[in-house]
Order: sequence, then C-alpha cells, then structure tokens
Amino acid sequence: MLRPRIIPCLLVHKSGLVKTTRFAEPKYVGDPINTVRIFNEKAVDELVVADIDASVLGKAPDYGLIKKLAAECRMPLCYAGGIKTVEQIDRIIGLGVEKVALGSALFEVPDLISRAVNHVGSQSIVAVIDSKKTGLLGSHSVFTHNGVRSTGVKPADLAKQAEALGAGEILLNSIDQDGVMKGYDYALIDEVREAVSLPMSVLGGAGSFDDIRKLVERYGLIGAAAGSLFVFKGKYRAVLINYPKPEEKRALFSLTS
Amino acid sequence: MGVTVVNYGLGNILAFLNVYSRMNIPVQIASKKEDLARAQKLVLPGVGSFDWAMSQLRDSGMREELDELVLKRKVPVLGVCVGMQLMANASEEGQLPGLGWIPGKVRRFSEGMLKTKTPLPHMGWNTVTPKEHPLFVGIDRPEYYFLHSYFFEPESADYVLAETEYGIPFASAVSLANVLGVQFHPEKSHNWGAQLLRNFAAL
Repeated sequence: MLRPRIIPCLLVHKSGLVKTTRFAEPKYVGDPINTVRIFNEKAVDELVVADIDASVLGKAPDYGLIKKLAAECRMPLCYAGGIKTVEQIDRIIGLGVEKVALGSALFEVPDLISRAVNHVGSQSIVAVIDSKKTGLLGSHSVFTHNGVRSTGVKPADLAKQAEALGAGEILLNSIDQDGVMKGYDYALIDEVREAVSLPMSVLGGAGSFDDIRKLVERYGLIGAAAGSLFVFKGKYRAVLINYPKPEEKRALFSLTS
Repeated sequence: MGVTVVNYGLGNILAFLNVYSRMNIPVQIASKKEDLARAQKLVLPGVGSFDWAMSQLRDSGMREELDELVLKRKVPVLGVCVGMQLMANASEEGQLPGLGWIPGKVRRFSEGMLKTKTPLPHMGWNTVTPKEHPLFVGIDRPEYYFLHSYFFEPESADYVLAETEYGIPFASAVSLANVLGVQFHPEKSHNWGAQLLRNFAAL
C-alpha cells in the first residue's frame, strides 16, 4: 500500500544550507552534501533541495552542486531554483535528479511545463506554489522570487493551471508559516486540495511529528514536507538533523490506514 | 562480476555507480557501443517519456549491440522505470515501437480501470510482493520508491515477477529468462534497493 511521504526540504544559500523564517533571516544549518549523507542514514522518503538565490539573482542552476547531490542521495531528489528552460530541465534530470520544481517560471515561461513534459514526463515536473496572506481579509495569494513579488493569482487557480499543463505534483508552501513551527495551514491546503487531483506535498509550519500525524489524519495520502522540524532541536533552535525512525513513521501512519 | 550501466543520456547513472561502489561491486558506464563489448550484466535505467527515451537510446548508437547482447548472448539485463517500460513492444505514451524483449504493452493508469480514487502519478513508497526469485532474496518486507503514470502489462502472467497495488494490482517487476525489469527505483530505495542491485550483480 502506498504511504504518505515525509520530506525534508533544504534551502541552499551562498553554497551552504540555511533555514529561513517567513522567507527571511536565513540561518546556516550545514553543508549540503554532509546533510544529505545524514539523511541517507535516516532513510528519508524523499528530499527537496531549493536554491533560494538562483531566481532572485537571475542565475542558472548550479549543475556542479546538483550533480553531487544527485549522486549522493539514496532517496529521490527534487531540485528547485532558477529553472527557466527545457534544456536546463533535461540537463538536471540527466544528472540523476528525479524531479524538478518550477516556481517563478510558471509566470515567466507559461508553456515551460507542457514542453518539459514531452521530454521528461509529467512525473518529474513539480509546480511550487509559494502562498502568502494578503489584504484585510488575509486571502491567499501566490508570490515569487522568495516571497517578494506578488502575482495577484490565487494558489488554487495556479494549481489548476499547472495540472492542465501536465505537472505531476503540487508543492504548496505557506510563506506565513515558514519556520514558525506552529502547524500546517489547513485553510490554504483545503483550497488547493479541492481544486486539483494531483499528488500534493505541503510545506510550511510543521513543528513536531504530531503536526505531521494530524496532517495525514486529515488528508490521507499527502507529502508532509518540512524544513525547521528536521534541522532544529529545542526552543533555541540548535542545529540537529533528525527524522522519524521507521517505527515512529509506522506509528504516525497507522491511524490512517 | 561487474555491472555495466547503459548511459544513453537518461536516468540515474551516478546513483547506480555510487550504490555499486559502496558495495565494492565493479561497475562501468557504457556510453557507446564499444563500451558494451565485454558487458556481463546490464542495467538499463531511464526516466522521461517513452518516445523521448527510445529516440535517445537509438541516437546513442547502442541499440543494435544491446539486442545482440540480450537476445543472442543472453546477458542478464535489469531495466529500471522507463528502462523497464522500453522492454515492452509498445506504449500508450508514445508511437515508437519498444525493444520487444518481453511481450507486453505499457499502459496508462486510467480512471476507468482504478478501483479506488488514486491520484496520478503513482508517487512514493509502496509495498512490493515478489514471486520467489534470486532478485528478491534476503529482502524483508520490500518497499520501493515509485514515480510513474504508466505500467507494464505483460502478455502472460508468467512474466510478472512482482506485484504492487495502486488502485489495481500491476506488475511492479517483470522477467523473462535473462531479461528483468522493475518499475520502481532501486537506486533510490535505501537498503531494499541496494540489496536488489546486489542480488542482480550476483545472478
């Protein structure tokens, strides 16, 4: 039986790994390759690595780093950051990455998904949706370029569009909950979940394994992604890589199966 | 006993190299037909759409040599993901003919055939129930990483090596004599995958 995935999400900034709070205040948490090695030992379900400099600085993806990450990972890897062309996607998949995630390109190169799908297939194309609450009513709206550029588009509408173009997965990220560790944003997830039938992973807010348990209890098959939860320990946010053990994972899921 | 990973521009070549290197099993990459000459075991990886993968394999210049090795010299070959799907006669995903090493067709999971509402692609860790076979020896409660929307439907149940449930039961591994294929990614499936790749090298 297929089970929900628990996915650490790592952010690359100036060649190191960082963790942000509400997309700001990057705190150094370690070296990318060493961190992947630790996650290998912990047998994680999947990893997301996002280069948070690439799109903002208009840089191409760092193929050297991607190659090293892909070779090191004993689990599936999804890469995000700075992807704008089909050639870049072919190259990254050719380096042994399972999935690429597109964010700002969804707006800048609207036909990129459909063209990329012809080469690498839907299953390797993830649409990343960074959402922030805006206005007096706090309605959800998509932002790009590390949460700086407002698009005025609703997350559910972007998700539908990505599904129609052939994306294979939605990675929904709550900027408001990023690094806050107070639980996932159910209102946001509900909105997008109702709009599409694609597999979905959600990010932003997980502060404990119990938050993951609640998420899975509510949504069943879903990807539970988190950053802070897997790299920080305790209220002083000491850097310590951690991840549920296989038996802890089974306990988290047994309630839903 | 070494393993040769066929590099036609698609798939996790480096991941296979790393898994085998860690286990001290000799491993080489074949990127052109000369590299295949002394291959004893072949891994055929692959990601992407069916036609794209078939055309990349054709353009690599290795297609004919692979047919020779697999069909005439009976060299064991392990197809992975799309590399497994290429071994069929055809795919609903494309127009090009497949390698035809195991009679069958690659089909898309469609809403009509699924008994439960299941999103596509089939993505994540799922249980695999194998028949008794050296490829799965010593693997306890096998779980593997899947990432696909199409599956191999062999012409005969005899070619089904392992079964997995996703809306319907489907062949998550196939075999016919020296030709083996797995729909999941052993190179990205922790120890369950490493043991399977070790078993393949020891066939």
